[in-house]
Amino acid sequence: MDPILQIKDLQTHFFTKAGVLKAVDGVSLEIGAGEIVGLVGESGSGKSITGFSIMGLVDAPGRIVGGQILFKGQDLAKLSPAEMQAYRGNRIAMIFQDPMMTLNPVLRIETQMVETILSHDSSVSKIDAHARARDALGLVGISSPDERLRAYPHQFSGGMRQRVSIAIAMLNRPDLIIADEPTTALDVTIQGQVIHEMQRLCQETKTALLWITHDLAVVAGIAERICVMYAGRVVEQGPNANVIAAPMHPYTTGLLGSVPGQNRRGQPLQQIEGMVPSLMNLPTGCAFQNRCNLVSDICTSTNPDAISTKDGRLVRCHNIAAGDSA
Amino acid sequence: MTPLLTVSNLSRDFVKSLDMVAKVLNRLGQNYREEVVHAVDDVSFSVFKGEIVGVVGESGCGKSTLGRMVAGILPPTSGQVSFDVTQAKNTDIPDALRTQMIFQDPFSSLNPRKRVIDIITEAPIHHKLIAPSEKRAFAIEMLQRVGLDPDTLERYPHQFSGGQRQRVGIARALAVSPEFLVCDESIAALDVSIQAQIINLFVDLKDSYDLTYLFISHDIGVIEHISDRVIVMYLGRIVETAPIETFVKQPNHPYTQALLAGVPRLEVGKRQYEPISGEIPSPLSPPTGCHFHPRCKFATARCKAEKPALREIAPAHFSACHLNDEA
Repeated sequence: MDPILQIKDLQTHFFTKAGVLKAVDGVSLEIGAGEIVGLVGESGSGKSITGFSIMGLVDAPGRIVGGQILFKGQDLAKLSPAEMQAYRGNRIAMIFQDPMMTLNPVLRIETQMVETILSHDSSVSKIDAHARARDALGLVGISSPDERLRAYPHQFSGGMRQRVSIAIAMLNRPDLIIADEPTTALDVTIQGQVIHEMQRLCQETKTALLWITHDLAVVAGIAERICVMYAGRVVEQGPNANVIAAPMHPYTTGLLGSVPGQNRRGQPLQQIEGMVPSLMNLPTGCAFQNRCNLVSDICTSTNPDAISTKDGRLVRCHNIAAGDSA
Repeated sequence: MTPLLTVSNLSRDFVKSLDMVAKVLNRLGQNYREEVVHAVDDVSFSVFKGEIVGVVGESGCGKSTLGRMVAGILPPTSGQVSFDVTQAKNTDIPDALRTQMIFQDPFSSLNPRKRVIDIITEAPIHHKLIAPSEKRAFAIEMLQRVGLDPDTLERYPHQFSGGQRQRVGIARALAVSPEFLVCDESIAALDVSIQAQIINLFVDLKDSYDLTYLFISHDIGVIEHISDRVIVMYLGRIVETAPIETFVKQPNHPYTQALLAGVPRLEVGKRQYEPISGEIPSPLSPPTGCHFHPRCKFATARCKAEKPALREIAPAHFSACHLNDEA
């Protein structure tokens, strides 16, 4: 089966006065129907810009300078802004971290939801659009949706607001949803509720989901495949269980080792020394070299290519030979 | 053994007083009331020397208000926090300095117009712990303690990354040689790999300087890693306190159980989330009886009417739940 979304060697660069910032530098990934893919990375790794690039939301001075974003075979990177508008919010939807920023504070939820439907299909009657909006709210577990439709965003709690933005994202039954840190601002019990709704909706409607987060534990719980980003590149991607249980890239290993929990009580956490390098002046060779404990001469001269392993992963590391498995 | 820090019946209310219009309307026979939030409601616990006590809870549970009262930044409405000075290793510092606080946001907790050297030495010079002539050597020693390069002495806070800034905040707290540190979400704003560095630093400092911590966090993974004992709060009240092993393996209160079940965990792998229902109620109008009853699947009529007391159900394990009476 063809994947819903296929990104090939995407490059999104920002042309600033101080120089070219390669926020996304050669990212490739695929998502199939009904599949959840986790895109993990720390701040500045380019995970959000990857999401924005798919949505066509990269602002100047940023620009997609290379690669393809194939959505059902159509290259989104080549579309005009007007053509992209037809996809955005319709076939592809996005959920942001802060629902207060996504929802318009001076419009009723109803107005915002009906607008989303009518702007993509003007043949729908207002009554039908209203009914669809109400059903969508019910679907994400909001009780008494008729009353809630008349409310303004500030009358909702944080978790409720995030449900509303999920409902809006689902309105036009998109084929792909990009969720950028959708649960980071939420409390644990509310986060559980939102993850539960998203999991259910993806399974029921066969919507593909790209879940962008810094939280490895969250994607370990829901994703089929995990992509780990570092300094604008995907350093490791593969099936969830393999990546979490036996990481191959030193960065993934370090990241997993630094997650605190009950299992490592009394022992110091494994830490990755140093900091993420500035994207403005990345070292030649592997971007992770100055924090890596397996660094050798080749790492400082050549940037590693993605090597596919036996168990279906792609890893960018010189210490891995083709066909290796963990 | 007597505790180092004892918190007894501590409460803090925040009152939104009536504005002019409401006062006038009240005279005309309207009935506007002041809005009162019981941010912390009759909380008692103790912390022993050398312990790390974790406080967990969701937003609005009062954990930060509690931390600020323990640190002495916020006066309580009633109740008290007492520090056992006889156990202090440092007898010649003023009592107010014994407890220091480390804040969540390393961007807003450091004065952007001061150099690191001044940020660190301001308090010890003011309290005459060091002479102004020792300033430089003292600041260098402090920076080395928290793992920063002494060359950064003359820098301003904006020239540091988030993790480094948090280290400066820790150095500032340590500069007055405190006995007790209150860490309020001190690592929540940091990236995972930097978080690990700071957690390790906290543990190292505890061992080398004989510190005691009250560690406040919403992140249960962090609490499980670092704490010896855990306090769980919900809407201003303590619902459970337990040693860490008990907290992880046999949580008693239904809220603690739900909280632990909802935590995403690496070792569990892919799973179907089955969350508890319901929102966190507004602290302005908390539910009657047990605050958790509208979301609790075991709730009975009694839970709705009567506030459960925090009772010891096993040695050092306290829980506030009516279900324990029936068993």
